[in-house]
Amino acid sequence: MKAPPRPFWPPLAAGTALGLVLLLTFLISGHGLGASGFFTRLAAWTSGLLMPDWATANSYFGPFLAGNPLASWISWEIVGVILGGLAGALASGRFRAGIEHGPRIGGGARLAWALLGGVLVGFGARLAQGCTSGIGLSGSATLAVAGFVFLAGFFGAGFLGSMFARRLWQ
Amino acid sequence: MILPMYDNGLLSGLLAGFLFGYVLEGAGFGSPRKLTGQFFLRDWSVFKIMFTAVIVAAFGLWLFEVLGWLPPRAVFVPSLLVYGTFLGGALIGFGFILGGYCPGTSAVGFASGRLDALVFMIGMVIGSSLFAAVFDDIRGLALAAVEPRGLTLPQLLDVPAILVIAGLAGIAFAGWKLGTLVERRLGGPYGAEEVLESVDGPRGEDLQPLGRGSVQPAE
Repeated sequence: MKAPPRPFWPPLAAGTALGLVLLLTFLISGHGLGASGFFTRLAAWTSGLLMPDWATANSYFGPFLAGNPLASWISWEIVGVILGGLAGALASGRFRAGIEHGPRIGGGARLAWALLGGVLVGFGARLAQGCTSGIGLSGSATLAVAGFVFLAGFFGAGFLGSMFARRLWQ
Repeated sequence: MILPMYDNGLLSGLLAGFLFGYVLEGAGFGSPRKLTGQFFLRDWSVFKIMFTAVIVAAFGLWLFEVLGWLPPRAVFVPSLLVYGTFLGGALIGFGFILGGYCPGTSAVGFASGRLDALVFMIGMVIGSSLFAAVFDDIRGLALAAVEPRGLTLPQLLDVPAILVIAGLAGIAFAGWKLGTLVERRLGGPYGAEEVLESVDGPRGEDLQPLGRGSVQPAE
């Protein structure tokens, strides 16, 4: 028998901790937390590997490929996120390898939806010039109008989408 | 020591990221079921935790400025884009409900062992490349920004920052109370055990039409 996992943190504790980590990040780096910037750089790097002529000529990826696109603060940060998430999951018994899906769909369908969702999120994050972390969370913490407009779009579309996506999760 | 330190080196990134990942995992944000539960109103953790974090960090930045430990407008403030901010946010919201993650939480899901998070990340690389492929065609619309750059709510509303923060705290408090009421009524929020049970699925569920939940004693 496996020991049961430890419960998730209470929301007030988790939110306060997240706010303090965000504040610390502002103080040491001058900007907030992010995530999508890394995947943009990973995409530029991958394109440079698979289609070097196209990628270096591309007006969006080209500038990244002038140097090593992955050599950036946001890459170290994402490495840190993965290490921190792994440490937390292992220490609490919440690490579980596999596909997480709703009770009404199988693992294969879940992966197909995950891929499609990822494509939309990747495109959307370039359009917004950031994601839930960079604009929604960090932007809103600076009281940027952009942060709250982003969150309005995010929550609005999420609720709209949930009317069609109930079968995937519930 | 002068703040902010503007340290964008390896250790600064690793430290901020490690703490970020550790907290997100503790919050339960490595689980797509918990995350998407927000939009079915069954788990309000996304709203509660995000709003609390925004208020704590915003208050901290305000306090540091008031005390003179941080010069005004010393940290990066993103600009509002005419179309991109709202449309991009909406695409991310839509992709989130289909795919189960946003970029940061997918890294935590991957770190928690979720294969679907890895596939989601591959999707993001494809989506970012698609954007790059059409960038020249949409450049004008995509980059159009509202002036002044880095516009903040206190500037827009012409009120002190602390009033905006207090207003946000009021909204968060009301939303928190409502959320707790609703999520309990709908059987949430998701706990760690429940989430782990849906990794690789309770496959036998449809074989047991009389399984747990169908017959319950009256409360």
